[in-house]
Amino acid sequence: MNAIVFLIFAAVAVICGINVVVRTHPISCALALIGTMASLSVLYLLLGAQFIAAAQVFVYAGAIMVLFVFVIMLLNAGAEQKPHGAWMARLTGAPLLVALLGILGFVILRAFPRSEMARFGGFTGGTVENVGRAIFTTYLLPFEITSILVLIAIVGAVVLGYKEMD
Amino acid sequence: MPQGVPLAWYLILSAILFTLGVAGFLFRRNLITMFMSIELMLNAANLTFVAFSYHFKKVDGQIFTFFVMVVAAAEAAVGLAIILTVFKNRATLNVDEIASMKN
Amino acid sequence: MNFYLLSAIKAAVVVGVLMLTLLYLQWVERKVIARIQVRVGPNRVGRYGLLQPIADTLKLLLKEDLMPPGPNRFLYLLAPFLAITLSLISISVIPFGPEVKVIGVPTWMQLTDLNIGVVFILAISSLNVYGVVLAGWASNSKYPLLGGLRASAQMISYELPLGLAVAAPLLMSNTLSLREIVVSQSHYTWGFLPAWNLFRGPFPQVIGFLVFMVAAFAETNRVPFDLPEAETELVAGFHTEYSSMKFAGFFMAEYSNMITVCSMATVLFLGGWLPPFPGLDVVPVVGPLFWFLAKTGVLLFVFIWVRGTMPRLRYDQLMRFAWSFMFPVAMANLMITGLMVALVG
Repeated sequence: MNAIVFLIFAAVAVICGINVVVRTHPISCALALIGTMASLSVLYLLLGAQFIAAAQVFVYAGAIMVLFVFVIMLLNAGAEQKPHGAWMARLTGAPLLVALLGILGFVILRAFPRSEMARFGGFTGGTVENVGRAIFTTYLLPFEITSILVLIAIVGAVVLGYKEMD
Repeated sequence: MPQGVPLAWYLILSAILFTLGVAGFLFRRNLITMFMSIELMLNAANLTFVAFSYHFKKVDGQIFTFFVMVVAAAEAAVGLAIILTVFKNRATLNVDEIASMKN
Repeated sequence: MNFYLLSAIKAAVVVGVLMLTLLYLQWVERKVIARIQVRVGPNRVGRYGLLQPIADTLKLLLKEDLMPPGPNRFLYLLAPFLAITLSLISISVIPFGPEVKVIGVPTWMQLTDLNIGVVFILAISSLNVYGVVLAGWASNSKYPLLGGLRASAQMISYELPLGLAVAAPLLMSNTLSLREIVVSQSHYTWGFLPAWNLFRGPFPQVIGFLVFMVAAFAETNRVPFDLPEAETELVAGFHTEYSSMKFAGFFMAEYSNMITVCSMATVLFLGGWLPPFPGLDVVPVVGPLFWFLAKTGVLLFVFIWVRGTMPRLRYDQLMRFAWSFMFPVAMANLMITGLMVALVG
């Protein structure tokens, strides 16, 4: 049961990821990215991270991607044209990417012998209570610093987008 | 698989998504799509953090995921504001045509 | 009984009742608004116009199905489907009653209880923006695009006061599961006053309830915040180019969102399925269901009443109201609640 759910949503995540890279119109890429985030949220639930799964949908898919879709619609940029001289970049780039994936896969499989099984319910410490307690006791300083970071981002975005009323 | 999924599979899925993100960032020429590939890479890193949080049976990996999400939100806001400004000045989103500081 | 079979039966019952309620909520709205405007409302089709929703459904089914020219066929078809699906998913975690024994099988009157129930509903309601904005984009014409952009900006702006207003009763009930929130409101202070989150100490959530209701009006695109879809502005906004069943899809999604938001308000602030005075909960299954439906019905009536009574807000007034008034008030409410809970509890 675990394996079926994992395989289905991992396949959805990879297919949507390929769509993000391959499609020409930015709106199709944005929708594919939302699909990836939703399937990753299910995988977080399988790993026992309840709050992070809900936060992924709430913050990433429900707010950040809305911002992306907004900007794509405002700019109304059409589908991307095939760039000049691209085949050379792909010819040299693709084997390097395959090599990157191979190295990552090798390191992972070497470090994790296949005896560790991840079951749904194997880790019950991802409750909101535990996350909240850790954020407000152990990780209080990073929390406050990220709140200042968000304030800086808000001020920066407003300054960049401000239009003088004349 | 009798009862579960090997944890290595989650990490390999994360590696595949990260490589897809790198491919999108290097091969695409549209600014917004490049930005979305960065978000894909961040999501892959989040999956790795949550998988390791399961492995060590501690909640600290999930705290890091939370902070990555907050930082990604701030970065998306400022990055999209910059993209809007670039589009206002250059009327194009193609990275090759904006690169006027090269050479 | 087998868990899957029980869940399938409960799901079928909930969906059936919800579909019937959506149809007749439209009838109730038309009759109430008619009486507010000193007219009669539909009374031709069937006694008191009770068959009017069925006539409307038949009409919408038999209308011509348009498809605008343009490249976005898939998005045009996806948008109403997304709108309905997301608004129906939220109903699955709302508790309608306590644990009952139906033909010998003990079960809670709730489809499923997540221990992150409140965050789940907030997450699904934040995805509702996509139904609107994709409909506006895929219609390939300027009025729907403007309507879609305005509606999505309005919805994400009002999500902030909504989330903050929801967080305050969570501090007092100390749990995120909707079932536990209702159970935590089940005692009676001084023997007769119900301990609903609206009334109970350390800080009665009156401001929170009002902020939640106003933000709910904006989230569901109802008057006075319905500029993106009003008939007299923007030529019906983001669903201009939709006809027949796809238009019906958006309508059903709007009413279903209204029901979800009123049920959330009932569970969080008004004590869910609990009776207002002790000793009134004698009837086993029908009693709690009656109290839940009565409270949700009163809130839905307030929605319909406001639609018939208030004028529409202009778009910049709406946004200024969200950011300059609602957000600080909701944040102040949360801070005062936290302070009182820390001092007293």
